Amino acid sequence: MLEIAAGLLIIAGAFFMLVSALGVLRLPDLFMRMHAATKAGTLGAALVLFAAALLFGQLAVSIKAVAVFLFLLLTAPVAAHVLGRAAYYAGVELWSETVLDELKDCYDRTSPQHGGPVMDRAGKIGAESRPRGDC
Amino acid sequence: MVWGAAVALVVMAFACLWRTNAGPTLEDRILAVNVVGTKALITLVLLASIGGHGFLIDAAIVYGLLNFIITIAATRLIETGRLRGGTTS
Repeated sequence: MLEIAAGLLIIAGAFFMLVSALGVLRLPDLFMRMHAATKAGTLGAALVLFAAALLFGQLAVSIKAVAVFLFLLLTAPVAAHVLGRAAYYAGVELWSETVLDELKDCYDRTSPQHGGPVMDRAGKIGAESRPRGDC
Repeated sequence: MVWGAAVALVVMAFACLWRTNAGPTLEDRILAVNVVGTKALITLVLLASIGGHGFLIDAAIVYGLLNFIITIAATRLIETGRLRGGTTS
């Protein structure tokens, strides 16, 4: 019974990991690839980790597998946010058929700083590089 | 079946390596390295559950930590041009 449940979880998780790999390979721009990699990838990883936690007989190892899942759940959105922010400031091109870019008027992505926030030596963001307008 | 999933994950990781080569931007490469790292982590967990080796879970924890730190550090480097936010340089 336990093994059947773990097997189903592993199959579902491997399927979602496959979806994320296909997305990274096939989608047309960076932000869509990040969409595939972060959401589907994290869900697939979570399913496989729970299956592994079920398969292990020892409680300590199962708890460690759940801890890996919690760590992944905490760090994957942070990494994706930081990467997407850097990519947007650096002027990575959106897909040619993108219909909505709500940040388009906020940052001047053609400026020498690529429109990104200018940091001083302490790492603080200066007031002159706040977004313009109502953003 | 667990073996099959592990082999499939390795194949997926190698497929994502193609994206690290093709780019086209630097951020694409960082994302692809992150994805390869996640797939390797899950492969480690599957191998741990096949053999009953609990220590491979510890290796997976370290792998996830390194994966996160690599992404943050590389992204900060390309966004601000430096790694340190302190007073020097």
